[in-house]
Amino acid sequence: MATPKTKTRETYKKETLLDWYRQMVLIRQFETRCDELYREKKITGVYMHLYSGHEATGVGTLAALRESDHVITAYRDHGIALARGVPANAIMAEMMGKTTGTSGGKGGSMHLASREHNFWGGYAIVAGHLPLAAGIALECRYNETDNVVLCFVGDGATNNGYFHESLNLSALWDLPVIWVIENNGVGMGTLVKDASAQVELHKRAIAYDMKDLGRVDGQDVIAVHQVMTEAVEYARKNGPVLFESMTYRYKGHGVSDKQYDKRLADELQDWMDHKDPIKILRQYIESKFKNVDAEFQNIEKETAKIVDEAVEYAVNSPDPTYEDLIANVYVGRGIDG
Amino acid sequence: MAEHKNLPMREALRMALLEEMRRDERVFVMGEEVGQWHGTHRVTNGLLEEFGAKRVRDTPISEMAIAGTAVGAAMAGLRPVAEMMTINFAFLALDAIINHAAKIHYMFNGQFTVPLVIRAATGWGEQATATHSHMPEPIFAHFPGLYVACPSTPADAYGMLKASIRDENPVLFTETIALYPKPGPVPEDPDFILPIGKSDVKREGRHVTIVTYARGVEWSLKAADELAKEGVECEVVDLRWLRPLDLEPVFESFKKTNRCVVVEESLPHFSVGSEIAAQIQDKMFDYMDAPVKRVSALDVPLPYAKNIELMALPDAQKVIAAVKEVL
Repeated sequence: MATPKTKTRETYKKETLLDWYRQMVLIRQFETRCDELYREKKITGVYMHLYSGHEATGVGTLAALRESDHVITAYRDHGIALARGVPANAIMAEMMGKTTGTSGGKGGSMHLASREHNFWGGYAIVAGHLPLAAGIALECRYNETDNVVLCFVGDGATNNGYFHESLNLSALWDLPVIWVIENNGVGMGTLVKDASAQVELHKRAIAYDMKDLGRVDGQDVIAVHQVMTEAVEYARKNGPVLFESMTYRYKGHGVSDKQYDKRLADELQDWMDHKDPIKILRQYIESKFKNVDAEFQNIEKETAKIVDEAVEYAVNSPDPTYEDLIANVYVGRGIDG
Repeated sequence: MAEHKNLPMREALRMALLEEMRRDERVFVMGEEVGQWHGTHRVTNGLLEEFGAKRVRDTPISEMAIAGTAVGAAMAGLRPVAEMMTINFAFLALDAIINHAAKIHYMFNGQFTVPLVIRAATGWGEQATATHSHMPEPIFAHFPGLYVACPSTPADAYGMLKASIRDENPVLFTETIALYPKPGPVPEDPDFILPIGKSDVKREGRHVTIVTYARGVEWSLKAADELAKEGVECEVVDLRWLRPLDLEPVFESFKKTNRCVVVEESLPHFSVGSEIAAQIQDKMFDYMDAPVKRVSALDVPLPYAKNIELMALPDAQKVIAAVKEVL
């Protein structure tokens, strides 16, 4: 695991840690509710990929960015949107295909985005967003800002041609991209060991002469933040950097999977019992600070209220119309024919 | 009336790029061999010297990354002109072009725009063989969200490329390799912009409507000259753009001629000809005096041997034969 250099664990303030706890609990509750709503058929469609289990990677990385930095990810995007500050109301409305959704009900679960948050979207073609990250980073260099791009990469995406081409180009052109490989051990149903000749995915950086910050415990939000802080500092000044966050998915590949993978059942229980990112942070806070129980309870109440309100907002929002169907195919032009 | 210069299409395109890069600092060029090699087709010749490596970016042989990076840069506010050395290589970039360039504006409900031009050299010729002899414009024109440009003359190429660079939508801009050296008058006007999605009547006539684009215009005009000697007057409509597709001049012409031949360099299945024929029977049924005929490439991959390569391809003689069939 990577040795953090920038900030010691002891320096993190209680307020910061409680804020991260709040964000992670919000994501967990939001995802749990999405799962329930899907089973109740209040959220429909075939695709929805939940972030439960991954929370520390999303929250820990995003906490190290500025508002002017950029974020882009794949289809497991709810948690990233929430951690970036996109309102839960708009995200839930998108799940339900409403006009008040982040993408007006046209993108769905896998295509959340918010331009005003510099959240460039969730993308549903595995690895398809990697060159987009490089392109957004090219704008940073071109216009000589010192903004950086955080690009989440699933373990499965590292075996796609886009990965090679985008990482090579980012290194060749010194583009400020932080490539964060979220390694949850399985790409859809294929284990990393059955898909990658080199299972230590961060080592791919070597092929591009790219700064490699190694592996980080993706369930420990503080460790993730530490390595991300170093990555951001490096990318702003130099160019691309990569690290691998070791995590686990709790809810299968997607909600429409008929059953969670039996091969992984025991493993899953072990992660939930012993490596849960929310439990780990809670235990750490309890070990460092006294009388935090009431604060945890308040946070959990507050986040539950946000999720409740989001569901109510989404349910009561209008459905899109024919005018919405044909809008925004082109800029400044209607549909053909 | 602006002055005109006689330029080959290659030079007209180069002038358009040069002038647009001078006009707008956000415009930059990227692709394989566009800088130090001066462009495989010499369309980017001299740009590196004037604008430097920041705005004339040589890339690795990475079509997925070229197209995808250009999409990201366009979303972020730049105006990339990415070159696919040939359209055959654009097959490698289909995902970035179709799933992302064409759909991002819609999929995120207008939050992002993709003001991107992908230039791609297209067409058959000179025994380039099966993998290097494609005219796949109809594939790209299939998808809403993407414009597809297919200029036939140097002036059109000049005005259409400028229009594409200045537009907010993604454009696949095809350049027929065989037309690169062909000269024609080009207005000396850096703001000469041809409207996107407007076809053009290249020759007026009253007996048969020939609908075509790109290199097909050359064969069609040649055929029309020959047929005129026999008293047959063909109207030649150049579509210029496969998206947006402007069929009004086609319908207007058809009302007069009641006969139509579609000439395309591409293959016949699911083609431009198929689309035009479908639209004419749908909207012009009462005016039809003959079935719509198509002149396309033969439905085979193109071979190497010169004699059989030419057998597979359209030419003016095949256009003349088709016109005679509908008379």
